[in-house]
Amino acid sequence: MKAKLIFWLGLIWVASTQLAMAQINLRLPKTVEAGVAFSIQTAGSGKAVLYIVGPAQVLRRDVELGETTSFAAGDLHNAGHYLVVLVGSSSTENGAFDVTSAHQPTALSFIAKPSRLPVDLHDGISGVAYVFDTFQNLVMQPTQVSFHLAGVAGAPQTRTVPTHNGLAWTKMDSASKEGAAQFVAQVGNVSDTRVIQQVPGDPCRLRMNVRPSGQRLALETEPVRDCSGNAVPDGTIVTFTEMYNGGEATVDVPLKRGIARTEMPAYKGATISVATGVVMGNEIHWGKE
Amino acid sequence: MTSGRLLAFIVALATVALIVAGTLGHVQSALAMAGAGTGSDRLRSSSSPQVAVENLADEIARRDWDTAYSNLANKSEFTETDFIRDLAGSYPSLRSHASLDSFDVRPQHASADDAQVRLNLRWSTVVGMFLDTRDLRVTKTGDRWAVVWPIVKEPHVPPQVIPVNYLRWDVIYRGAGDDWGAQDVESPHVRIVDMHPVDRGGGVVILGELLNEDVVPAFVTVKATLLAKDGSAIATEDSFDKISHILLPRQVTPFLIQFHNIALSQVDSVHMQPASTLVAASADPVVEIEDQHLNAGPQPSLTGKLLNQSGQVVNVAHVLGTFYDNSGQLIWVSDGYIERALLPETPVAFAVSVPPDIASRVKTERAVTTTYSSNRFQ
Repeated sequence: MKAKLIFWLGLIWVASTQLAMAQINLRLPKTVEAGVAFSIQTAGSGKAVLYIVGPAQVLRRDVELGETTSFAAGDLHNAGHYLVVLVGSSSTENGAFDVTSAHQPTALSFIAKPSRLPVDLHDGISGVAYVFDTFQNLVMQPTQVSFHLAGVAGAPQTRTVPTHNGLAWTKMDSASKEGAAQFVAQVGNVSDTRVIQQVPGDPCRLRMNVRPSGQRLALETEPVRDCSGNAVPDGTIVTFTEMYNGGEATVDVPLKRGIARTEMPAYKGATISVATGVVMGNEIHWGKE
Repeated sequence: MTSGRLLAFIVALATVALIVAGTLGHVQSALAMAGAGTGSDRLRSSSSPQVAVENLADEIARRDWDTAYSNLANKSEFTETDFIRDLAGSYPSLRSHASLDSFDVRPQHASADDAQVRLNLRWSTVVGMFLDTRDLRVTKTGDRWAVVWPIVKEPHVPPQVIPVNYLRWDVIYRGAGDDWGAQDVESPHVRIVDMHPVDRGGGVVILGELLNEDVVPAFVTVKATLLAKDGSAIATEDSFDKISHILLPRQVTPFLIQFHNIALSQVDSVHMQPASTLVAASADPVVEIEDQHLNAGPQPSLTGKLLNQSGQVVNVAHVLGTFYDNSGQLIWVSDGYIERALLPETPVAFAVSVPPDIASRVKTERAVTTTYSSNRFQ
């Protein structure tokens, strides 16, 4: 008898709860664009509290069940998955929707590497662009990004790449002539620029000349250039080595105005060589024993 | 029982006697090093050539230049300033900041009124010890011996103007307000062009060469980690001062990294980590290394002269010697510091020691130098 009573009371409670939930039914949009106004419809009667919980943002509204609750433009601006909780006097209902980024890209973050590289390097420069909307949400819809590399010499290079999950990337060749190149990433009216320094490569032909200078020898390189004809920058170290009668003299000289100059002892029969880094130059045999 | 007490008494007496003898044997040098007293109260009368030289060394250790100079036999040949400059240098250098750690006196031969004595002065500096050996003549005047000091006058550079096309690099780094995508200045690109691990002296030595293949100066370091067969790290060390830390574009430096108490057989692989930082630097001064010779013998060394071709005084110079065998393989790296300042166009000798077993295998060598000038950026 007692068990029957408990059964019927439970059945009544479940039925009443279902009835109440049905009364405060939530109608949510599937997606909302960041920053755009939207509304949430509820059913039923009485008062309730609506909570919207998302990434870095929580909204709380007192609502009248059965009415439409409106949210102004800009109320929700962080893209992501949002949880909605409606808490009534006797029941609670949950729901969820997504806030997507705005379709219009308004900002770009551009990473270009390296900022300095030798000339004539295939695929030596990489550029990665991150496309953002006005609320700094990554724009997930595929968007065309244009990459443009132009320097003081050589034909400009342009690539148009669609974004994938909000980012687009490309690779470019360095030019054959030294100098600063402007590397621009553009999407719509938004662009960002990085400067890529294209510097001379390894010296290609290193030659020196020797002449007597009093009791010593004056050594001087010809203007040092890389294989593309670019002048190797000043400060580059050129090593002169003189071998004589079992002895040796060396001097590391920086290029100044494209030329390395120094003086070394004069020994008859000496062999003088020149090198920079791992590149060897010519060899001179001075006088005779 | 009585004989046991007697033995104990004799042992105690002998111990005390030995301690006293040992202490008195080094008391002069020890007192000088400790800087105790005024000096004159403990100097002995110069009644023998050896005592005269010991007294002089004491005075040098205490930097009591007045007394040292006044006791010299040949002080009329030079001024006290010349004497001080001989020992302490004219310009700031390792020598001018050194302190006398110890000395020893070795009589060579002696007659009734004339003697030859070798004085070894061991100076202590921040980069280690250097030895200054002077062969002294000691003469007797009356009942007193006095040292004839072999003065080494530092060369004097005449007033002149040396034009230098000054070349240096300045660096502007990214600012706090830059966008996160804005790249900072790129670190210089450096590359290890040679590397050999060697089992030596109960440890592992990593020898190698590093090239700055960029167009900007670099501050470089090289770190090595020895890895065991299971991939675990055995030890990590860096090259400390066995490397030239500032590398100008296309410059090559040797490096040496030492691991103590590790056998090469324990090592499966070596993880090398060259690191570089872009730094402001100057391309001057230029230093020529001339008259380089590898000297054989029981204590082999690479000797030569450094010639400062610039107009700037170099306060400290560091020489790194790289040694190769007949197949061109790098077999050793040695280094040494120059204790005197390098004056413009004035040769200064250097010597870098080489292990005897390495010296016998050396076919070619290469020396590089790094310099420090106190007024470089003025």
